[in-house]
Amino acid sequence: MFSRSIARQLLRQTPGAARPVAAAPAFTFCQPSLFSLTQQRLLSDTTKQAIDKAVASAPVVLFMKGTPETPQCGFSRASIQILGLQGVDPAKFAAFNVLEDPELREGIKEYSDWPTIPQLYIDKEFVGGCDIIVSMHQNGELAKLLDEKKVLAAAEAEEAAAAAAGEEKKE
Amino acid sequence: MASTAITESTLQAALTERLKATHVEVTDMSGGCGQSFTTLIVSPEFAGKNSLKRHRLVNAALKDEIAQIHAWSAKCQTPEEWAKEKAATGGNDGPPLDGTTGGKVDGVAQ
Repeated sequence: MFSRSIARQLLRQTPGAARPVAAAPAFTFCQPSLFSLTQQRLLSDTTKQAIDKAVASAPVVLFMKGTPETPQCGFSRASIQILGLQGVDPAKFAAFNVLEDPELREGIKEYSDWPTIPQLYIDKEFVGGCDIIVSMHQNGELAKLLDEKKVLAAAEAEEAAAAAAGEEKKE
Repeated sequence: MASTAITESTLQAALTERLKATHVEVTDMSGGCGQSFTTLIVSPEFAGKNSLKRHRLVNAALKDEIAQIHAWSAKCQTPEEWAKEKAATGGNDGPPLDGTTGGKVDGVAQ
């Protein structure tokens, strides 16, 4: 159902991509920092740019564990299932497997300022993780957002329009 | 910085204190390993915030704890929403179990 996984070509474009910088400060008059150095990791420019590209690669982007066909985590699986249920157009969807790329796995958490995976982006905007996807699905917000952004497959989009316009057809 | 063991009760205490929560339910989904938790947090602080903002509030409040565990799931409701949902589900409301297998987290552990 979901055909594309652009992970490899986009994220492996720079050989020897820089590691996130975790250098000790050169100056010694720094104030006591609230976060230890291990927590204060800087997102390298290369990684940030790669993620920028990934987020922009399709209207609907899911960073997940595993692939849409074989999710490697219950939360990722649930998220994929919901996107499928909602009828997202496969041509407008891209999934990135963070398990394939440790830099992406850590980088996306800093990029989104969100501690867990999966992570959904719609129209380059961070929407949320599995919980948010599930609750938006349950209260109809997700359907509305997907319809607004015009990312539903044709049949579903028509249904959504019909449901919004008039009575629900009970079959 | 103390790295206390993360348990249901430590999380519950932290949430109650830092988010002025009126009701907190924390369930350890990792079979006791203290690595995966699902929670229901009811707090008036969530009023007027959309889903994402509420989650970010929780994430910020529990930044240190979440950084140490593997899986985290939360349902954030205001007291009114919680009361409504409880009435609707006949008191069967609780932390979200979506994505889990019978309340246990599957998948990659690390």
